[in-house]
Amino acid sequence: MLDFISQPWQWYVAGPMITLVMFLMLYLGKNFGVSSTMRTICASTGAGKFIPFFSFKWKEQLWNILFVVGMAIGGFIASTFLSSNVPINISSETLESLAHIGISSAGSSILPSELFSWEALGTIPGFIVLVVGGFLVGFGARWAGGCTSGHAISGLSNLQLPSLIAVIGFFIGGLIMTYFILPLVLRGLA
Amino acid sequence: MKKQYFQITLVGILFGIILTKSEVVSWFRIYEMFRFDSFHMYGIIGSAVVLGIITIRIIKKMNLKSIDGKDITIAPKESSISRYILGGILFGLGWAMAGACPGPIYTLIGGGFSVMLVVLASAVLGTFVYGLVQNKLPH
Repeated sequence: MLDFISQPWQWYVAGPMITLVMFLMLYLGKNFGVSSTMRTICASTGAGKFIPFFSFKWKEQLWNILFVVGMAIGGFIASTFLSSNVPINISSETLESLAHIGISSAGSSILPSELFSWEALGTIPGFIVLVVGGFLVGFGARWAGGCTSGHAISGLSNLQLPSLIAVIGFFIGGLIMTYFILPLVLRGLA
Repeated sequence: MKKQYFQITLVGILFGIILTKSEVVSWFRIYEMFRFDSFHMYGIIGSAVVLGIITIRIIKKMNLKSIDGKDITIAPKESSISRYILGGILFGLGWAMAGACPGPIYTLIGGGFSVMLVVLASAVLGTFVYGLVQNKLPH
């Protein structure tokens, strides 16, 4: 059983289980949305005294923080006890294009070691990917009113037009980054 | 326990395990998705949404209640185009660059990638700056 769980999970296992997570959150009387935790973190620092957007009863959102604490614990459990150390089986086309932009660590790690380490933070490509990338995720998610969980999963499941527009935006941004900006940013690695 | 805190933490643990075991947390998988080189991510999101639509339909049809006896609803988002498309594009730029949306950021930190704390701090800063300039942006 543990061997079975420890293999990488196929899409047709993971997708339905994500639906189950959404259902369980709804059943527990909550919404399925991750990025709003970052607003709660801002509010918990007292930012609401100066900025109306962070002025709400953040303690009522404590469940949301516990949800992401659980997600971190889940990451620990999966990588410590449920790992089979099988390299990520990405397609050969992707491997080839990664080689062109200077990333050769595919297969040996979950994340490209050229960018995701404390040493890489001191390099220009590493700093841009970690800091600017993170900033855009936080800023964009709040402007759009949600991220992948809130819009792409919950919102589309509820057939909400705003979520469809947001997901189209996610893809426009993602494609521009992948095809035009990332190759420029990573030029220093090649 | 008060307000289902314990159950919510357990669901979070389940979600973290799913994201790790299905490799959704991998920067490589996101890069591959945006290059249309593999069905993996589309299969995950697509099957989750199709089943999600059916699930929400059933909840509404059968008028299912949550654990505290209330109607299960997903709050509708306000109508607009500009905030969703512009905010969405910025989010997509960040998603493809950092290779992680908010969920995987938390899960990767637990998975031992301490440098993801920098990504989390940057995302919280991005959220904070949004709150500062919110009134100046089209919504």
